[in-house]
Amino acid sequence: MNIPSNLKYTKSDEWVDLESGKIGLTDYAQDQLSDIVFVEALVDADDDIDVGDGISEVESVKASAEVYAPVGGKVVATNEDLADTPEIINSDPYGAGWLVQIEVSSQSDELMDAAAYEKYCADRD
Amino acid sequence: MTEFKLDAAPKTVEPTIYELSSPGRIGVDFPAPDVPRTNLPDSLLRAELPLPELSEVDVIRHFVKLSTFNYSVDSGYYPLGSCTMKYNPKINEDTARLSGFANIHPMQPIETTQGALLLMYQLQEWLKEISGFDALTLQPAAGAHGEFVGVLMMRSYQEDRGETKRNKMLIPDSAHGTNPATSAMSGLKVVQIPSDERGNVDLDALRAEADDTLVGMMLTNPNTLGLFDENVEEICKIVHDAGGLMYGDGANMNAMLGITKMADLGFDVMHYNLHKTFSTPHGGGGPGSGPVGVTAELAPFLPAPIVDIVEEEADGIPPLYGFVDPSKTIGRVKAFHGHFGMFVRAFTYIAMHGPDGLRDISEHAVLNANYILARLRDTYHVPYDRICMHEFVAEGRWKDAPDVHALDIAKRLMDYGFHPPTNYFPLIVHEALMIEPTETENKDTLDSFIDAMISIAKEAHDEPDLLHDAPHPENTPFGRLDEVKAAKDLILCCWLPEDYENQ
Repeated sequence: MNIPSNLKYTKSDEWVDLESGKIGLTDYAQDQLSDIVFVEALVDADDDIDVGDGISEVESVKASAEVYAPVGGKVVATNEDLADTPEIINSDPYGAGWLVQIEVSSQSDELMDAAAYEKYCADRD
Repeated sequence: MTEFKLDAAPKTVEPTIYELSSPGRIGVDFPAPDVPRTNLPDSLLRAELPLPELSEVDVIRHFVKLSTFNYSVDSGYYPLGSCTMKYNPKINEDTARLSGFANIHPMQPIETTQGALLLMYQLQEWLKEISGFDALTLQPAAGAHGEFVGVLMMRSYQEDRGETKRNKMLIPDSAHGTNPATSAMSGLKVVQIPSDERGNVDLDALRAEADDTLVGMMLTNPNTLGLFDENVEEICKIVHDAGGLMYGDGANMNAMLGITKMADLGFDVMHYNLHKTFSTPHGGGGPGSGPVGVTAELAPFLPAPIVDIVEEEADGIPPLYGFVDPSKTIGRVKAFHGHFGMFVRAFTYIAMHGPDGLRDISEHAVLNANYILARLRDTYHVPYDRICMHEFVAEGRWKDAPDVHALDIAKRLMDYGFHPPTNYFPLIVHEALMIEPTETENKDTLDSFIDAMISIAKEAHDEPDLLHDAPHPENTPFGRLDEVKAAKDLILCCWLPEDYENQ
């Protein structure tokens, strides 16, 4: 499983890049969800969001899941490519499959580094 | 390849009814109108209405053929967990078609529908007795509607006693998705409570959330792991001590009939699914039926109206049944009085079994599930492995067969002639396969299913492509369907796909 060391992670399987402010779903999450068929952003550019707010709704052939903000701040952009090609979350969860970009002003105090997240995933298997 | 071929499986593909259409072909000639013609306003007219044109026999053959592609509990074993796909005795259909039940109208004077009202009254009484509640509504259309009604009553009850700041509903992580959905629809905040390592509600997590903002908790018992929560009375006490109410999701009542009562365990409200527990049709549009029972404290909030005795029996004249409105009712929740045809079927089922028969149903449902569990637990990993109730949840994955998923096992079962179990639910089990045999299957059927499951586990290790390509077109009309395309490229229209672009 791919867990980049430069990102921070949540217990609900989001990743956040604190430098760029991009948020997405982890490789573990996309694998659990399997084929993703629909993504809807629940926020728009310029919205102010808090840690824990629902920012996206992701639907796969197996289940639907809400994505929660690991950080708070102003929304810079949402990934518009996901409307037509939601499957890029499966193929490139940490790159082209990002969900929302935020100008980070606060962060959850429960964020994990890559090593902690890897252990967290292993414990759930 | 497999010795389990279905001889009767349909092999040909049926065209759509639009492909069968031929311009000018008709099935019925209407006589000339014998009343003056009135033209519709132009604004209500349209130039084109692309309905198919066929003769009656074309239509009949088309739909009869499609019906043979169906899999139903009348054609085979249907272990769809949590759905309780039990066989529906055919006498239910006889009674539901009795003229006095089938040809009445809900707006007839009550003096002319006493038989139907007596049946509803008696069904209410039986359903109250089975779960120990004091009052009950038959109105809700199905389970989730019953949940919605129950949650609205809980909210009204809290508001009525001045507890207006209560806005929180607790829901375990093993719950059906309808529980958080109905709570959210009722304007409540949903807080998820995790399960512990035995599959029970985590009591510490529950205590941490049980505060004075609590409307209540929704609990399915037995839960969706097929496990009876060992702390159910303690859970009810914690919620009650915080001023909350306990909602019982009756989805899994098939394990409890005649054995324990939800009200005795501490629940304040619960819904039944007549289409699960009491053998009314389930699936295919049912329709369902979701009666809701409540304690005396909540009875004033029931939907209106309720069937009751409006004039007592006197001088040898039987009582008069009619309708009454509870004093603080949340209002009407369904046109007329609910799905009456389902009441007749459930009434018949309960009457045919009697109290001892109902208990037998649950005992056999539990026995059947435990028999399958006992024979499969060495082959399939069961994460919360203890005596189960009417169903259990296994994992459809093996470390030494990494490319095989629960979905592949489910699809492969179709090659063996079985309807797959529920998969990927509940969400707290990886690659979940949720198996509910119901009481209606005999040991031979259970053994064939178990043998198929064991054989598939071997194939998963030796010939995984057999699972990846399943079901195979020689066993089902189409073979493996593309689930991603079906979910992503959904086109619902009344034109042929090639004409769709032009519309």
